[in-house]
Amino acid sequence: MRMKVLVPVKRVIDANVKPRVKADGTGVELANVKMAMNPFCEIAVEEAIRLKEAGKVEEIVAVSVGPDKAQETLRTALAMGADRAILIKTDETVEPLDVAKLLKGVVEAESPEIVLLGKQAIDDDSNQTGQMLAALLGWSQGTFASKVELDGGKAKVTREVDGGLQVVDLKLPAIITTDLRLNEPRYASLPNIMKAKKKPLDEKAPGDYGVAVKARLKVLKTEEPAGRKAGIKVGSVAELVDKLKNEAGVI
Amino acid sequence: MAILLIAEHDNQSLSDQTAKALSAASRIGSDIDVLVAGKGAKAAADAAAKLSGVRKVLLAESDALAEQLAEPMADLVVSLADGYDTFVAASTTTGKNVMPRVAALLDVMQVSDVIEVVDAKTFKRPIYAGNAIQTVESTDGKRVLTVRTASFQAAGDGGSAAVESVSAPADAGLSSFVENQIAASDRPELTSARVIVSGGRALGSAEKFEEVILPLADKLGAAVGASRAAVDAGYAPNDWQVGQTGKVVAPELYIACGISGAIQHLAGMKDSKVIVAINKDEEAPIFQVADYGLVADLFEAVPELQKAL
Repeated sequence: MRMKVLVPVKRVIDANVKPRVKADGTGVELANVKMAMNPFCEIAVEEAIRLKEAGKVEEIVAVSVGPDKAQETLRTALAMGADRAILIKTDETVEPLDVAKLLKGVVEAESPEIVLLGKQAIDDDSNQTGQMLAALLGWSQGTFASKVELDGGKAKVTREVDGGLQVVDLKLPAIITTDLRLNEPRYASLPNIMKAKKKPLDEKAPGDYGVAVKARLKVLKTEEPAGRKAGIKVGSVAELVDKLKNEAGVI
Repeated sequence: MAILLIAEHDNQSLSDQTAKALSAASRIGSDIDVLVAGKGAKAAADAAAKLSGVRKVLLAESDALAEQLAEPMADLVVSLADGYDTFVAASTTTGKNVMPRVAALLDVMQVSDVIEVVDAKTFKRPIYAGNAIQTVESTDGKRVLTVRTASFQAAGDGGSAAVESVSAPADAGLSSFVENQIAASDRPELTSARVIVSGGRALGSAEKFEEVILPLADKLGAAVGASRAAVDAGYAPNDWQVGQTGKVVAPELYIACGISGAIQHLAGMKDSKVIVAINKDEEAPIFQVADYGLVADLFEAVPELQKAL
């Protein structure tokens, strides 16, 4: 059976840009900051493409929840190799629970066998959406995947856990979230970027899936982390050992 | 109302992550029950009963719960949900796997990686790899939290709570455990080690990492950590990774060797009591957080340090 895979992707501040907290404490500065696809989402797109190249997957549908500009992120997914895309357009901040509810609507409309997501977005660092989607759908979940094998109606997922790896078998349909070592995402080639412009990109609204987006967490304040003061420089290993023994008392 | 703390354990023993998450829970309220879900986990439940501040321990045992997979764990927690308004777990890979599933089933927006409890509904948490700290207030009827245990002291022993058996819901059979591939090691666990010796990309190869970092760690009885750059380069396994995308640690002594100090690494170790940085680049950002900095070639300084101890 050749499967359909849904890959949700998120537009975030580029991983190489240092985020700046707004002076008034209302959030992180997003205006005129370089944006890109969340790195864990890139890994999810790449994995879907590899499964397609291996003949296990027939179609890859990329989906994003976000502002008009999230189209760029979807075009990146299309240029990498996704077949078509859906943008659920909203200018609101959408929390993982609402993203999961929207994705549930997309899953019901598209009937994929697998939803492949990044384990977390590098902006809010929540690490929730995949697990929440699995809960809402009543599906199995394989989070923090470093290896995915599809075989005979099930997915064998090797998971990165504290202390090592855990292997689980998931009954399909299933949710899989990606960890860093799953693969190294490809760069889209120029011809593929051109071709991606012609691939279908549907626009939807949260209301199309019966979801009224509403934040449950009230953000009271966003601030710089408390800095740690720099200590002293020591001149030699002997001085370091002396300080650790007699000043810090840790050895 | 009451708090349900989901214990971190391997059936035989209780992880100290639970004692630390208990400290966070005790800042929210005083009626705290601990759920130990597993199989043959009586010893872990007994250990939880001894923690100071625990009202009672709920022990749920079944084949499906033996490896604490997310699907049966979430069903179990939800089956107990009526008696509680706050659900807490440590931000371990188990907690991160299970709790969002619980939250969605309860229609609650989870607060991940709590580093400070402001009040029962208001919490501080890091975003953008620790580049910013957000204070959020939950407006849901119930709260689901994961806790950065490095930010909390472990609760002590001295309790004598009762252990009560609870039954687990029928297993939906969505996923099944195949195997664990856990490297056997005599070294302490990264997240609970008193001393950590960590290596960065400057080590240059897996062989050098082993040759330079491990003897110092052995001498100190330390756990071994690595920067993401070192892990990505293949010098160290992923489960050694310290940082926002790896493990968050707070040992008494953290020795960073050849680590430049990318913000995502600092987010994972800046709560350490004493930080030592050894790096030949005196401009490296790691020196801005280090208590003791040594500008030196790590290939000379680290073996010298090992011999001097």
